[in-house]
Amino acid sequence: MNAGDTAWVMVCAALVFIMTPGVAFFYGGMARRKNVLSILTQCFAIICLVSLQWVLFGYSLSFGPDTGYGIIGGLDWIGLRGVGQEPSAVYGSTLPHLVFMIFQAMFAIITPALMVGAFAGRMKFSALILFTLLWLTFVYDPIAHWVWGSGSWLGGIGALDFAGGIVVHVSSGISALVVAILIGKRIGYERQSFAPHNLPITFLGGALLWLGWFGFNAGSALEAGGLAANAFVTTNTAAAAAGMAWALMEWKMDGAPTVLGIVSGVVAGLVAITPACGFVSVLSSIPIGLIAGIICYLAVTKLKPLLGYDDALDVFGVHGIGGIWGTLATGIFAAVAINSGGADGLLLGNAKLFFAQLIYLAICITYALGVTRILYKVVDALVGMRVDKQSELIGLDLTQHNESAYTVLE
Amino acid sequence: MKYIIAIVQPHKLEEVKRALEEEEIHLMTVSTVLGQGRQKGRTQVYRGAKESGGLLKKVKFEIAVNEDFVERTISTITKTAQTGQIGDGKIFVLDLAEVVRVGSGERGGVAIN
Repeated sequence: MNAGDTAWVMVCAALVFIMTPGVAFFYGGMARRKNVLSILTQCFAIICLVSLQWVLFGYSLSFGPDTGYGIIGGLDWIGLRGVGQEPSAVYGSTLPHLVFMIFQAMFAIITPALMVGAFAGRMKFSALILFTLLWLTFVYDPIAHWVWGSGSWLGGIGALDFAGGIVVHVSSGISALVVAILIGKRIGYERQSFAPHNLPITFLGGALLWLGWFGFNAGSALEAGGLAANAFVTTNTAAAAAGMAWALMEWKMDGAPTVLGIVSGVVAGLVAITPACGFVSVLSSIPIGLIAGIICYLAVTKLKPLLGYDDALDVFGVHGIGGIWGTLATGIFAAVAINSGGADGLLLGNAKLFFAQLIYLAICITYALGVTRILYKVVDALVGMRVDKQSELIGLDLTQHNESAYTVLE
Repeated sequence: MKYIIAIVQPHKLEEVKRALEEEEIHLMTVSTVLGQGRQKGRTQVYRGAKESGGLLKKVKFEIAVNEDFVERTISTITKTAQTGQIGDGKIFVLDLAEVVRVGSGERGGVAIN
């Protein structure tokens, strides 16, 4: 056991925690004023729900000893049985097992919270709760097991995902797109204004995300050392490059750089560097960020209108596209010189890693697409996914939570 | 008695208020409003989505005055709120049927003073 590593990863767990309230602010500001509280409530409810799911059985399904087929963890660690103050034999050998468990819990929490933006303003609260529980159990837990769990059937392929480019961002981005398409467009989409109601709140959320992401990425080294430092610096650099790239794109295309644009770009860069941060050099993180800013901008402003889906706050455009790019970029820019546990990428003459990344992506995207679709149908049949028309027009704050964010009269 | 409604540029709020006070006009209600005239709205862009014709912020003064203050009020506002650009606003003058001071129950011109 190592005191420095333990302290670092515990602090990182707390940093990752603050990302979910950060997501709530990020999305809440972009929502209309009648729906801002529904976003905040959904995010906090997800924190509560997933925290319980994780200690009761989610952690065991994701990281517990494999059931033998490499598909899912067993129930050996159900209710954290055997997960205590001593290090685990498999994960984070210098930390209490509980520290690794709670660090991973924060990842499981933020992933469904990211999806909230796609169906903002039209999902029933009861449906959200049920869907989150099912999605976490049947989509997140297996994918986390495949990518990070020991004894997974995909372990042999040799793909790399340092901090959750696939597990967190691709899985949530793809699933969010499925839900956005199935639940349908917001009433008045493309005919009326859906302008953000409070961009300073969105800015605050973006700032909390950037801060928390240091814990997300650098903490994934699971030690307080050089690799964590590499992840920390690549994270900051890619975010900076992407924020700049997005703002420049809209300056050229739309006439002015905006706060929503620069914050969105930063988030896209953070997403893209997530799988790569512990495998690539600092200089490589610059093109990773720049390209993330450009392609996510194009996905949000060109691809979305072209295909006509209403991913309200661009979860797919930022997390899905950014995560896919980051996963591929890992296969391009990775270097053994940075992380001896990694591999060389395309630029160093190794095509194997790039193909491994492609296979991982194909499997996880297909799985998330298929299972999310089934879970959607199940929840829709049980409780109904979408609020009725009247409730949507009045807003979810009043109709789902009996509250409103801003009073007009004292 | 007249009821004067003046819509002016938001950045003229302080200047107009000060000028009215110098003319001994102290009773006013001010609110932030949205509107558009010849200036039209300004197009806003959010993540590439253009929101054209967004209404512009203006400040609205509502002032009740006795007859001998009407011209003074109008000229004070016109003079101070003018920038020479379109979008400077409008002044509407309405006949005022009655004024009641809630605190004392006084009615008519006395209630304005």
